[in-house]
Amino acid sequence: MTTGNERIRVLLAKVGLDGHDRGVKVVARCLRDAGMEVVYTGLHRTPEEVVTTAVQEDVDVLGISLLSGTHMSAFPNILKLLENEGADDIIVVGGGVISEQDSQALKEQGVAAILSQDTPPEQIVDTIRQLVERRGPR
Amino acid sequence: MTVTKGVRSRKSLSSLELIPAVRDGSTRAMARLISRIESGDPERREALTELYRQGGKARVVGLTGVPGCGKSTLVREYAKAHRARGQTIAVLAIDPSSPFSGGAILGDRIRMTELTGDPGIFIRSMASRGALGGLARAALETVDVLDAGGFDTILLETVGVGQDEVDVAQVAHTTIVVSAPGLGDDIQAIKAGVLEIADLHVVSKCDKQEASRTLTELRQMLHLGLNAGAQTAWKIPVIASSAETGEGIEKLLNAVDQHWRHLHDSGELADRRRMIVERRVIKLAEELVRDRFAEHRRQVGPHLVGLEQVVARERDPYTVAIELLNAFK
Ligand SMILES: Nc1nc2c(ncn2[C@@H]2O[C@H](COP(=O)(O)OP(=O)(O)OP(=O)(O)O)[C@@H](O)[C@H]2O)c(=O)[nH]1
Ligand SMILES: [Mg+2]
Repeated sequence: MTTGNERIRVLLAKVGLDGHDRGVKVVARCLRDAGMEVVYTGLHRTPEEVVTTAVQEDVDVLGISLLSGTHMSAFPNILKLLENEGADDIIVVGGGVISEQDSQALKEQGVAAILSQDTPPEQIVDTIRQLVERRGPR
Repeated sequence: MTVTKGVRSRKSLSSLELIPAVRDGSTRAMARLISRIESGDPERREALTELYRQGGKARVVGLTGVPGCGKSTLVREYAKAHRARGQTIAVLAIDPSSPFSGGAILGDRIRMTELTGDPGIFIRSMASRGALGGLARAALETVDVLDAGGFDTILLETVGVGQDEVDVAQVAHTTIVVSAPGLGDDIQAIKAGVLEIADLHVVSKCDKQEASRTLTELRQMLHLGLNAGAQTAWKIPVIASSAETGEGIEKLLNAVDQHWRHLHDSGELADRRRMIVERRVIKLAEELVRDRFAEHRRQVGPHLVGLEQVVARERDPYTVAIELLNAFK
């Protein structure tokens, strides 16, 4: 059902210990300027917090940026938690420094897209739009 | 359910079908129904009719003030103190949408992260979506959902700029207006007509030195009859608070309780409920007229009947507008 007043809602979260969020804030502004509603929760979130927030905010997309090295455990954990909440229709997108090989593995497990640090903003916007379109209305 | 890797399409429950789970306090169901309210899903009406009849249990507190005055931080402290008293709380934090893109950055949760994970707390961020002045409608309908979900208190945070936002703070049983030292907000808030709607004033960040000046100014203004027009025996308190030291938080909760008791004992509660309902019905009626008008325009195509005659000055705009209104009644 479309009513003409839908907006793509995105939760951007930084999981783990790294201490700056300049990149995430830039992405947040790009998404806003593309007409999306972006919930931003700040630094150092745990997978549990992120999933609870995503469910309460009923976002379409959960964008997670994290420190390299933790992604192979954090993403599967987040996907599992979403499934437990009956919320695995929330699309998970990852960002950060992640090797091609790991990217493939994470996509196999259900991460919809992995964006690297030098993905141009327009491409991030496009990717999110396409993923939400593919999911369809809910 | 179809699975393309990473993207799962699923027909979720309709607004009406969500109701039993909402009543069970399911976070997922409440969150879904709130999204339907925001997007204006027509099926939501039936669902809300269902919820409305048994609603009205929760206490609704509005909290407003100029940007950056410390609202979200205060909400966090309020919620913590509220939980310590064994009460559940839901927060609706509203931020403005960008007038250019219609998008928004909703950042109130940054201040509330330590509340995440407590099942007695539900937080939802909402963008004002400026269009059509439907903000108060969406907020009130969200209150109905959270009320049905069983929360004891529902707290609405809005930025005190713009009539729509101020309206939202006023659809509460108790309205708190927050001021902070050093924002020049005394002037801003007066201009916006925000100070007048307070049942309670809070001066936040009172760990800062300049706070005492803000307190004095506010007290003077109240003394000079800021709310002189209001027909009430309620004495509006001014509370100094700090999220750093915890000062004033218990005082604030007690004052909200006292205000509630005052509303009860004085009979003003009924008046306030009537006022809220009246606003709500009128806003809704306006919205329905607008919807029907939009539908009418879709049907008749881009050109409204009689327009050419108005252009040629054979007829006047009033007459044609009234005809138009009658046409889609
Ligand atoms: N010193 C001090 N700083 C505070 C206090 N409360 C809030 N702040 C700071 O004030 C700034 C704004 O706080 P918020 O709680 O985000 O204010 P807000 O009114 O919700 O802001 P908007 O939602 O953007 O309008 C932050 O940097 C806070 O850390 C306080 O009690 N003392
Ligand atoms: Mg805020």
